[in-house]
Amino acid sequence: MMQRRKFIKALFAASALALLPFRTFAAMWNTSAFQATKLQEAMAALQITNISPSNDIQMVAPDKAENGAVVQIEVTSRISNTESIAIFVENNPTALIANFLFGEGADGFVVTRIKMAETSDVLAVIKSGNRYFSAKKRVEVLENGCG
Amino acid sequence: MAENMRMRAQLKGEVTEVKVLMTHPMETGRRKNDFGDLIPASFIQLVSATLNGKQVLEAQWGTGISKNPYLTFHLRGAKVGDVLRVNWTDNQGKTGQGEIAVTSV
Repeated sequence: MMQRRKFIKALFAASALALLPFRTFAAMWNTSAFQATKLQEAMAALQITNISPSNDIQMVAPDKAENGAVVQIEVTSRISNTESIAIFVENNPTALIANFLFGEGADGFVVTRIKMAETSDVLAVIKSGNRYFSAKKRVEVLENGCG
Repeated sequence: MAENMRMRAQLKGEVTEVKVLMTHPMETGRRKNDFGDLIPASFIQLVSATLNGKQVLEAQWGTGISKNPYLTFHLRGAKVGDVLRVNWTDNQGKTGQGEIAVTSV
C-alpha cells in the first residue's frame, strides 16, 4: 500500500515537473478533501472560506433525477478570473464530487455527470483569486445512484 | 485514439467545444457484487487536458463521478488542427489517454 502511494506520488511529482510553466494546477489528488464525509470538512480541505452566493454562476441540473447514478450537471461561471469550479453533493457519502481547474484559454464552464445517493442540494463553488462564490440547485433523486 | 476514450473538439465561432467520454467503471468501493463481496474502489482521480502540449484543464475527481465519465469544456484561442490531448490516472495507477485535432463545425 505504502509503495503504491509512493509510486503514485512520484508519478504525480514527475508530471507536475513536466507541467511547470503552467499556473494553478495542483497535479496532486486532494485525498483529505475527497475522503471527507461532511460538506464543511470537504470545503475546509480545499481551503474554501467566506463563500458568497452569486448570480453570475448558472447551474443547469434536473429538478428530478429518475436515476441517481447519472445526473448531468452544467456549471457556467461569468465571474472574471474563474480559476476553478468545485462540485459538491451535500448528502452523498463523500460530499466533494469534482474540482475542475482552468488554465489560460479555458472558460469557467463544465458539463459532467455525477452520482447522487439521495435528494440533495448540488453546490458549485467558484474560486477567483482569494474569493469564493457559490450557486446551488436542489435535485430530487427518485432512485439511489451510489450503490 | 485509444479505445478507452472518445473525443471531439469543434471550433464554433470563438469557442472550441471539447467533449470527452471515457470508459471507466468508476467503482466507489462501497458496492457489493452478487456474492456480497465488496467491489474494490476503482475510479479516475486526475484528468489533464493539453492543447498543443500546454495544459488547459485539470480535473480532480472522487467516486461521485458517474460510470464512463463524460466531460464538456470550452477553450478560446484554439485553431483548426490544434492538437487536444487528454490523460487520466485512476486510484489504482492505471492510465488512459486520447488525442484529437480541433475541427470546424
